[in-house]
Formats: sequence, structure tokens, C-alpha cells
Amino acid sequence: MTEVVAIGGSAGSLPVVMAILKALPVAFDYTVIVVIHRLKNVVSEMERILAEASNLNIREPEDKEPIKKGIVYLAPQNYHLQIEADRTFSLDYSEPVNYSRPSIDVTFECVATVFKGRSVAILLSGANADGAAGLGKVIENGGTGIVQEPNTADYKLMPQAAIDKNKRALRQSPDDIVDYVSTVNSSQKPRE
Amino acid sequence: MAERHITNDDLVEILHLINRTYGYDFSDYSRASIKRRIHRSMDMSNLETAYELKFRLANDAEYFRWFLEVLTVNVTEMFRDPEFYTELREKVFPALATYPIIKIWHAGCATGEEVYSMAIMLKEAGLLERAKIYATDLNPLNIEKAKKGITSLQHVKSYTHNYIRSGGKTDFSDYYSAQYGAAIISSELRKNILFSQHNLVTDQVFNEFQLICCRNVLIYFNKDLQNRVISLFYDSLSPMGYLAIGTKESLLFTEVRDRFEVISAENKIFRRKKSSTSIK
Ligand SMILES: C[S@@+](CC[C@H](N)C(=O)[O-])C[C@H]1O[C@@H](n2cnc3c(N)ncnc32)[C@H](O)[C@@H]1O
Repeated sequence: MTEVVAIGGSAGSLPVVMAILKALPVAFDYTVIVVIHRLKNVVSEMERILAEASNLNIREPEDKEPIKKGIVYLAPQNYHLQIEADRTFSLDYSEPVNYSRPSIDVTFECVATVFKGRSVAILLSGANADGAAGLGKVIENGGTGIVQEPNTADYKLMPQAAIDKNKRALRQSPDDIVDYVSTVNSSQKPRE
Repeated sequence: MAERHITNDDLVEILHLINRTYGYDFSDYSRASIKRRIHRSMDMSNLETAYELKFRLANDAEYFRWFLEVLTVNVTEMFRDPEFYTELREKVFPALATYPIIKIWHAGCATGEEVYSMAIMLKEAGLLERAKIYATDLNPLNIEKAKKGITSLQHVKSYTHNYIRSGGKTDFSDYYSAQYGAAIISSELRKNILFSQHNLVTDQVFNEFQLICCRNVLIYFNKDLQNRVISLFYDSLSPMGYLAIGTKESLLFTEVRDRFEVISAENKIFRRKKSSTSIK
């Protein structure tokens, strides 16, 4: 039983994130958490684009907001998105980690600590090494770590760093990732 | 990055040691944040184990002063979130203007940038003469810096930009003088401000205010502590007094949300409801 699917990406990851979200079932019984690096001071256009692209319940959580199922949470720009043991989000405005805020490592590590084996972490295209350590924590705690096959990524550095660091990470193409996520917690076959 | 790891038990012991030795109680801070802060301080000071950290904290007060700086996140800026200041001017100042003396509390003021921004706005609204601003922080080093009214010249450009976006009325350079790479806030703005140390965890109500600003502090607290601190603010506000919190912070998840009405959902400005009963 998966409780959380956490997706991290940077440069070049947006099309894959969109494809994953579009393929989500209308109702799903887990939580999706998306952490994408964004430029400072860019108004969160992305939230709007993503919400339009797929009739989803998608939101940027506020501090101490309880985590619910069936919702896509987007890390707000300029804050680290953390998760507390009581399954609430907490935001953090301290210095960037891996030159990034939000940092994928920060969120993935929290997911690993709180949701242990009931979590899936997916790391996509990007031009820095954020996420590799967090993905490792998820795997270490019994969760599943998936990395976009670097050959299919616009920017290979991020997925490659994660693969180099984590021998047990699964390498998948964007299509496979979409299939994987759309069938989490269901025995159904993915739609053709 | 080194792979240092402190367990939850270590964390509890470290926080206990700090409280016993220095009197700061961090036990109800957000666990995820405080753990990352402690890891970071260990990274920066090359400490490998929780044992080493405890030893250092127990025996070296100078180290603790430094450590406290890392633990409490001090990032701040002038006119941070310009739209917040715009709304404050439009929706709160008219009410403040009806009081003969306007008392304002900045709780968790860090190095004072937010306080000086407020003073500028009050001045432009013709209210500064009547204002008494109390600015407090847990960290004595922050208070020392805030009192000096010096901010780095390198940030002035972005502060000027924020100031303009917030609807500032004159030239931002009227408010500081540049000296040796620093910007010194004009003394006129500083005269109605009282900086002092106050810990939101352990210290009490000390006055009654028409406006309390506590921005980007509550996110470092857990839910229990948030409830207690918001109650403290409730008890420190005059009836119909205003409370402003950080843009990502929320009263929605606290027990006291019904005691306040929303003035700006976007910029997190609230007003204490009239009822005069205190909480608890
Ligand atoms: C991120 S700064 C916020 C500064 C400013 N209010 C702003 O929004 O730009 C957080 C401040 O809260 C202070 N702080 C943390 N815990 C506190 C406590 N228990 N009581 C008072 N201040 C506290 C820290 O020392 C730090 O200066």
C-alpha cells in the first residue's frame, strides 16, 4: 500500500510532471507531492498551468496543513517543504540545500522518515544533483526509488547522479513512469 | 555533504541540555526544521557525533552564541512581500489612525529590517509621531544588530525595489545614509522604537497593542506552540486589534482561529474579534 508518491524535478522535468499528473485516476487513495525547482520571484504560474492541465485538486500547502489523500501538493517557491511525524506539512525558509529551495532532498528525506516503505520517490530531469541523497533515504527505508532514464531526459545530470548514488533505483522512461504512477494501489492494467 | 545523523533521542537530549544550561526551550519547535538546523551547525563546525555536540554545548558558551545564530533562522529583508505592506497601509492604517497612541509589537523582529519598514510606512502616513513600536526577538545578537540600525548596502537595491512595489511615497534613499558599504537608517525613524529580548515560548504579555506583526516565526514552531503563541497574541491585542503573520503561515490549523476574523486571506492579516474574554 503506497501512501505517498513524491516527484522531484528540475530543468526539463515539467513535461514529464504534467504527463504523470494528467494520467492520475480521477480519485486516488494516496498523496502526491511535487517538488520542482523554480526561479526566485517567478509567480507560481505553474500551479495554474498544472491545475488547468488536469482536473486535479492541486495546491501549495500552508504551514502545518494536514496531509490528505487524493490531493497533489506543490512545494511553494522559496520554501523547503518538510513533513512532520504527525503528518502535517511544515515550511522552512532557511538557506538553500544543493543550491535549491525548495530542495528535493529535504522533502524526500522527510517522506522517507515519515512514510517509510509506503512511499515512492521519482526523480526526473535536471541540471544539478539535488534529490540523489533523498532518493537513497527512501530506498533505505523500504520505499521505491524511480529515476528517469537519463537518455530520455533533457538534462541528464540529476537522474545520473541519483543512479550513480543508488544502485537499487529503478530506471524508467517517462512512459513507464506514467504507467507506474497511474496504477499505484490498483491491480488494474494501465489504460492503453 | 557529510552524512551526519542524530536520532530523535539525541535530539531530545540536546534540546534538554540547551534548556538546562542556557534557558532556551526549543522542545516545541518544528522537529523537521530543528533537526536540519542542528545537522547544519554540526556540518559547519565539523562535529561528527551528537556526543561531541553535547560536549561542546555544555562547555563552551561562546560556541552556543554562534550555535543559536544557526538554530534561529534570521533571514529577513525590508519590505519583504511588498503586497503585504500595501494591504497594511490600505486596510489597517485607517483604523490605527483613530488611536491617540498607536502601539505596535514586532515579535521575532530578527535584525530589525521589518521594523524599519514599518516605521517608514507610519511616517509616510503621518502616524510615526504617535506610534510606539516594541520590537522583540529571542536572540540577543539580533537585538544588538537591530538597535544599530545598520543594514548592508548590497541589499539596498532590492529593498528599494520592494519599497516601490509596496507603494512607497518618496525616494527610499531619504531613509538611510551610505557609509563604508553600510546603509545607516535615519535616526528619525529609530526614535520611537524600543528593541528588547523576549522569548515567545517563556515570556508573557507585556503590553496591549493595536497591531502585532509576527511574520515568518511561527513556521519554526510545532502546532502546540503555535496555539500557545497565538493565544499570547490574542491576550496582547486590544479589542479589534490586528495580527499579521507570514504569507505561508496559517491560523486555520490552530485552535484559536475562531477568535479572529480575516482581513486579508492573501497577506495573512487578521483582526481580534471583539469578545473580551481571554483564552483559558
Ligand atoms: C525568519 S526570522 C523573521 C524575521 C522577520 N519577522 C521577517 O519576517 O522578515 C525569525 C526570527 O524569529 C526569532 N525567533 C525564533 N524563536 C523565537 C522565540 N521563541 N521568541 C522570539 N523570537 C523568536 C529568530 O531569532 C529570528 O530572528
